[in-house]
Amino acid sequence: MHPAPSVIVFTVLSGLGFGFLAWLGLGLPAVTGWTAFFCYALGFASAVGGLIASTFHLGNPQRALKAFSQWQTSWLSREAWLSVLALTFMGLYAIGAVFFDTLIAPLGLIGAIFCVATVFATAMIYAQLATIPRWNHWLTPVHLVSLSLAGGAVLAQHGKAALLLLAIAGVVQALHWVLGDRRFAERGHTTETATGLGDLGSVRLYEPPHTGTNYLLKEMVYIVGRKHSQKLRVIGFAGMIVVPAAVLVLLPAGLVSTATAILFFLLGTFASRWLFFAEAKHVVGLYYSARNT
Amino acid sequence: MALIEPTLDTSPAVSDEVRKTTCYMCACRCGINVHLKDGKVAYIEGNRDHPVNKGVLCAKGSSGIMQVNAPSRLRAPLKRTGPRGSGEFEEISWDEALELATKRLDPVRKSAPEKLAFFTGRDQSQSFTSFWAQNFGTPNYAAHGGFCSVNMATAGIYTMGGAFWEFGQPDWDRTKLFMIFGVAEDHDSNPIKMGLGKLKGNGGKVIGVNPIRSGYNAIADEWVGITPGTDGLFILSLVHVLLKIGKIDLGYLSQFTNAPCLLNEDPSSPNHGLVLRDADDKPLVIDRATGKPAPFDQKGVRPNLAATYELDGKTHRTVFQHMAERYLSDEYSPEAVEERCGISAGRIRAIAAELARVAFEESFELNQPWTDFRGERHDKMIGRPVSFHAMRGISAHCNGFQTCRALHVLQILLGTVEVPGGFRFKPPYPKPVEAHPTPHCHSKPDCPLDGPHLGFVRGPDDLALKEDGTPARIDKAFTWDNPMSAHGLMHMVISNAHAGDPYKIDTLFLYMANMAWNSSMNTRGVMEMLTDKDENGDYVIPNIIYSDAYSSEMVAYADLVLPDTTYLERHDCISLLDRPICEADGAADAIRWPVIEPDRDVRGFQSVLVDLGVRLGLPGFVNEDGSAKYKDYADYIVNHQRRPGIGPLAGFRGEDGTQFGRGEVNPDQLDKYIENGGFFVEHVPEEATFYKPWNQAYQDWAVKLGFYDKPQPYLFQLYVEPLRRFQLAAEGHGDRQPPEHLREQIKEKMDPLPIWYPALEDAHADEKDYPVHALTQRPMAMYHSWGSQNAWLRQIHGQNPLYIPNKIWAENEFQEGDWAKVTSIHGEITVPVAHMAALNDDTVWTWNAIGKRKGAWALDETAPEATKGFLLNHLIHELLPPKGDGLRWANSDPITGQAAWFDLRVRIEKADPPTESQPEFPAIKSPVGKGPKIVRQKVRL
Amino acid sequence: MTQLPAQTDKKLGLVIDLDTCVGCHACVTACKGWNTENYGAPLSDIDPYSGDPVGSFLNRVHSFEVQPTAGPAQTIHMPKSCLHCDDAPCVTVCPTGASYKRQEDGIVLVNEDACIGCGLCAWACPYGARELDQAEGVMKKCTLCVDRIYNENLPEEDRVPACVRTCPAGARHFGDFADPDSNVSRLTKERGGMDLMPEQGTSPVNKYLPPRPKDTMKELDASAPQLTPVVDGPKGLLGWLDKALEAI
Ligand SMILES: Nc1nc2c(c(=O)[nH]1)N[C@H]1C(S)=C(S)[C@@H](COP(=O)(O)OP(=O)(O)OC[C@H]3O[C@@H](n4cnc5c(=O)[nH]c(N)nc54)[C@H](O)[C@@H]3O)O[C@H]1N2
Ligand SMILES: Nc1nc2c(c(=O)[nH]1)N[C@H]1C(S)=C(S)[C@@H](COP(=O)(O)OP(=O)(O)OC[C@H]3O[C@@H](n4cnc5c(=O)[nH]c(N)nc54)[C@H](O)[C@@H]3O)O[C@H]1N2
Ligand code: SF4
Ligand code: SF4
Ligand code: SF4
Ligand code: SF4
Ligand code: SF4
Ligand SMILES: [Mo]
Repeated sequence: MHPAPSVIVFTVLSGLGFGFLAWLGLGLPAVTGWTAFFCYALGFASAVGGLIASTFHLGNPQRALKAFSQWQTSWLSREAWLSVLALTFMGLYAIGAVFFDTLIAPLGLIGAIFCVATVFATAMIYAQLATIPRWNHWLTPVHLVSLSLAGGAVLAQHGKAALLLLAIAGVVQALHWVLGDRRFAERGHTTETATGLGDLGSVRLYEPPHTGTNYLLKEMVYIVGRKHSQKLRVIGFAGMIVVPAAVLVLLPAGLVSTATAILFFLLGTFASRWLFFAEAKHVVGLYYSARNT
Repeated sequence: MALIEPTLDTSPAVSDEVRKTTCYMCACRCGINVHLKDGKVAYIEGNRDHPVNKGVLCAKGSSGIMQVNAPSRLRAPLKRTGPRGSGEFEEISWDEALELATKRLDPVRKSAPEKLAFFTGRDQSQSFTSFWAQNFGTPNYAAHGGFCSVNMATAGIYTMGGAFWEFGQPDWDRTKLFMIFGVAEDHDSNPIKMGLGKLKGNGGKVIGVNPIRSGYNAIADEWVGITPGTDGLFILSLVHVLLKIGKIDLGYLSQFTNAPCLLNEDPSSPNHGLVLRDADDKPLVIDRATGKPAPFDQKGVRPNLAATYELDGKTHRTVFQHMAERYLSDEYSPEAVEERCGISAGRIRAIAAELARVAFEESFELNQPWTDFRGERHDKMIGRPVSFHAMRGISAHCNGFQTCRALHVLQILLGTVEVPGGFRFKPPYPKPVEAHPTPHCHSKPDCPLDGPHLGFVRGPDDLALKEDGTPARIDKAFTWDNPMSAHGLMHMVISNAHAGDPYKIDTLFLYMANMAWNSSMNTRGVMEMLTDKDENGDYVIPNIIYSDAYSSEMVAYADLVLPDTTYLERHDCISLLDRPICEADGAADAIRWPVIEPDRDVRGFQSVLVDLGVRLGLPGFVNEDGSAKYKDYADYIVNHQRRPGIGPLAGFRGEDGTQFGRGEVNPDQLDKYIENGGFFVEHVPEEATFYKPWNQAYQDWAVKLGFYDKPQPYLFQLYVEPLRRFQLAAEGHGDRQPPEHLREQIKEKMDPLPIWYPALEDAHADEKDYPVHALTQRPMAMYHSWGSQNAWLRQIHGQNPLYIPNKIWAENEFQEGDWAKVTSIHGEITVPVAHMAALNDDTVWTWNAIGKRKGAWALDETAPEATKGFLLNHLIHELLPPKGDGLRWANSDPITGQAAWFDLRVRIEKADPPTESQPEFPAIKSPVGKGPKIVRQKVRL
Repeated sequence: MTQLPAQTDKKLGLVIDLDTCVGCHACVTACKGWNTENYGAPLSDIDPYSGDPVGSFLNRVHSFEVQPTAGPAQTIHMPKSCLHCDDAPCVTVCPTGASYKRQEDGIVLVNEDACIGCGLCAWACPYGARELDQAEGVMKKCTLCVDRIYNENLPEEDRVPACVRTCPAGARHFGDFADPDSNVSRLTKERGGMDLMPEQGTSPVNKYLPPRPKDTMKELDASAPQLTPVVDGPKGLLGWLDKALEAI
């Protein structure tokens, strides 16, 4: 799939933002006053920033409100609802914390749940797609949620929780890569099944339907070199998991360590997320590629 | 739970008016319904009532709206300001343009009319353009047939009085086995597709003979991936097997062909090899009843195929015996040809057996009595459900004439021409050679030519030679080099004019032919010839006038450009005098008419010719008092008469518009056509539907429609006597003698019975240095060069890879995205490659005419057509490599002059990807600017 | 609504005959011609005359090559448009309800007024049947010519999809799969109509008729009964001729 900046920024930032807000909602840390102000500002900024970024890849963003209508069937619609609910509850909770120095625990709890649910819904938008075997796996939501909570934990300065969650996110990420690499083949999608001509012999495209490009090729057929992706995986994993963990262990807890850790975490996550899209092979490619892969 | 759905208008208004005219996105000429919304073209669909397409349209026809709105359309007459080829022009008025042309052409006509060479390409008004040229008085007129498929046309006419091309068709409803040779698309684009669909629906089988398995050959039940240039050998081997097993239609052969005609076998006689005739010149046959000679057409005669007849000491034996002797010989046995053709002997036998089985065991009868030309009544029509079709794959070789002949001979031996289930002619065919004119070439200053330019020679006497024996025509048509060049040799005009061989000309006048690009062999060379200057700095070809509708490559090379309209903006006439739209069951013709008005300062070219004709005072165009005979082309279409009562349009003639074929001029004729959907069709009577050449009912009907003035029954010519007459001359008989250097070629190649010989290029291009055959194919969704200006079509074919078969792909370790250097004996190109398995092992190919010159067609200079697309034409020369005899030998069929496009052989090597396909040419300046950034096609009300 | 109807009253769709399709692309441009002028926004072409033209098409023809274990390779042209799946994932993923399947005839449509152009439905379609129009920002797909097949302004016989009406080879058939006696149901039954990528579980309505067996002709050696010579050499032929001619 085409690694569009809008969706990468969206998933990375909103993931981190909602993760952080979730921790805040649980009152860990139970900040109030100015500290709270800065924490929530950061949380909301990244969550909302992400959501705004996501609208950049809409053809008609002015109609975005319509996206709330199909919550019964559409994960994208559900994500819309959940994000709004999360932001509302956390908003109220934040007002209490910042202006009245009071933490209304139930509000925070509900808010936290909606935050995690939002990230889960985002993940399900991808995980539900049978057309993209790499994503179409229960690990995908686990992957995005674990990262979100890990990132949140780093920001929330829970050294131990952060380390634990980074470890989990690391394992899940590794699994998602390893299993993902086999996924397409396992599903048995081939040019033969795509064309239904398998009984006759081996099938290959000899002439594409058009010599130029089109929306499908731009959006869904993206080729990333093996070497390139291996390199990015190392960078991503180091940035996202190893370095932040090391920082948390080696540097004394505090703003500096949190800042450095989260900076690397973000860089790593961007790399990982770029790969999340770039490496995701859509079955439509079978109708467009000469080689049967 | 009930689902709420938006309410839709499922009955939107389609248009406020439908105007019915004729498509011209290609030469198939289907009927179209043009839907207009407030005067603008909104949608184009096929006309269900139309005889050609019965409602369907191809990809091109369905994209007509993008052609009519193309940014490449010329806007006004253009006068060259920069050097030739630069594309620098100024727009001028029509008056100025026509004055310029007249000033230049008038003196030419008054002094030496032959110094005007007028040649036309895709044009469909040849009976009109030739009429103009004839009145101008130049012998130098032809259309593009010479580089197109003249082999197919001549072989067909000389053999059976009709050809494939779009002049005949299989009996799609009844044929059970259809064998198609060397066709990618053909002019009958939609009818062939409709026919194949029908045939498949009836459970019929298709055998595709083609080195490439695409398009029609993709759906063929059996694919014969023959080695290019060897079809003749393959066909004659089928003939060998059929003769050997006696699976030939003897009744048919003895009644309807010259198989029983008697050939003089005395080598010393000036008539050696000619047919024995009686006092009134009628071919004689031996009647099996009496054992005595009798005229072939005598009532009740039963011609003997096996006869031998002695006449004053001279032995005469039947054509059939000569054929048997030749084709039963082992040189045509499957074993002998299998390697060369790349078809196993077992396969050849299997195909022969299948042809025989279907022709004779699946034969059937129609209860349709008919009377033959001998006056004999037949109570049935016997069906032989085997049919054939072929086109440029066999004709665009230098052995194409004989190969096409061989195929017709095969059809005739099986008795499958003009019978139910077989191949059928479309009126005005069949028409024997005798019903066609001979060529005319005698020009005098200030006076019309002595007759029509093109025709069918009967022998050396009809050649277009001057008193001194030199060629009368600039293209050397109808000379000893290529005596039967019935369509002229357009591909030699620029080359000869540049070389001043046989003489120099003043004005090259071209119409609808992209000769500076895809239409020419040796494209780079041609561009040089067009721009070459002599010692005093003048262009070697002094003056070039060109009519095009779009900003093509050729436009840039003209001194004066006469911008034509698009096909929806003008009158056209698809006439029975020309290349009509008939179907086997009916005679039909059609018109185009301005369904929209041009929004530019352009004029229909034929009307411009009418205007020029008046300005030049051409007899056919002015009355005694010098006033104009015709106001414009529409006026000509209605009022012109070739012979009394016979005009360009056959329909709705006579004062009241009730006559057809023959009849007085009807002033309202065009309105009648428009009312009728833009066409006219008159159905062939039931009794006349088959056996047309011999069927009295058909002959009478043909006379009624004015195809000819008296019945013209004739015999199919398995043995073509005119060919023999040229051989006799080469053997020294007669006073018109060929030049020494051509004697052998004529003796050898102009055999009156089909032969096969390898490509002449093979004599020069060593098979080891150039082991690979290189071909082009028509893309179904593109028409030559002009599809690339079409926003929809160019997205389908925006570039053309060179397709490479398994063997060569592996040998060169090619990968997708690689490039190859392709070298012929004449030139070199570097182009992108792609892999194709369903392809003859020694053949590569690409789509024709996708490659474009930078700056042409209002395309951006980065267009893939120009940067990745390419032409094979750079590798094909119009001349064979010099033999050291100082002569210029054409790369053409030595009998007809057909350009031998497909004789090309090349060498393939992997190459480092260049920035662009090679050769690269500088961009030409677009006289119409560039196209818009975005198109959102919809008529907004 | 983006819930799929439990089942639809009719099941309109296409049968495409891969044994007859010559790959001419007529259905591609006929489709473009009708649909740019009719249903919804025009089908735009971006940079149509430049180096990289990108246009919206609702139907495209792919050309494949099949290499059997024995015998020559075959070429098969495969036109592809929306298959109007019964279990259409493109519908259920749509957040706005723009993408829906009609209860009455099963046609899958996009209500362009409700489409935000998120592209998710195109991601969900295994067949590449949806293209987001780059100028209009709305999702484009085969409408099964819903504005032709019921159109009272068209003569009865023309109330078929533009691609079906134009197909020169007659390789495209339109009809109701819910009716077992319809042309499309019969063709599917007789010729073993198949689904594309069945493992995606979309249960497409459109069916493809597989190519008939090709290159089945057996080679013959000279001794085959149907090849018994009537003659050896030209002379023998004359003898045979006399007999044969008498027989006529
Ligand atoms: N390599 C290779 N080369 C080939 C062939 C091949 O098979 N292989 N085929 C050969 C054959 S058979 C042919 S016939 C030629 C065809 O080649 P051409 O005869 O050159 O045909 P086009 O290039 O289609 O069109 C010629 C010109 O007609 C112009 N035109 C289009 N419509 C109109 C109109 O309405 N009015 C006017 N005045 N002009 C118009 C176009 O803009 C174009 O410039 O190509 C030949 N060249
Ligand atoms: N869509 C479309 N239709 C067209 C045209 C167009 O440009 N586009 N052009 C029109 C014109 S001007 C013409 S002349 C006709 C030409 O109609 P076609 O004759 O169909 O034209 P080509 O594309 O040259 O096809 C030549 C075919 O012969 C095959 N072939 C080449 N050499 C050999 C051989 O030695 N033996 C055999 N058996 N096959 C061989 C090639 O593989 C190719 O399939 O098409 C007309 N119709
Ligand atoms: S075949 Fe196509 S382009 Fe040619 S006339 Fe017919 S519809 Fe027009
Ligand atoms: S129009 Fe018919 S034959 Fe042509 S590509 Fe489409 S389906 Fe195939
Ligand atoms: S083909 Fe694609 S777009 Fe059409 S219904 Fe099926 S899934 Fe949806
Ligand atoms: S692009 Fe339009 S139709 Fe498709 S899912 Fe998004 S909103 Fe629905
Ligand atoms: S049914 Fe209509 S919309 Fe669908 S492919 Fe055919 S023409 Fe296009
Ligand atoms: Mo041609």
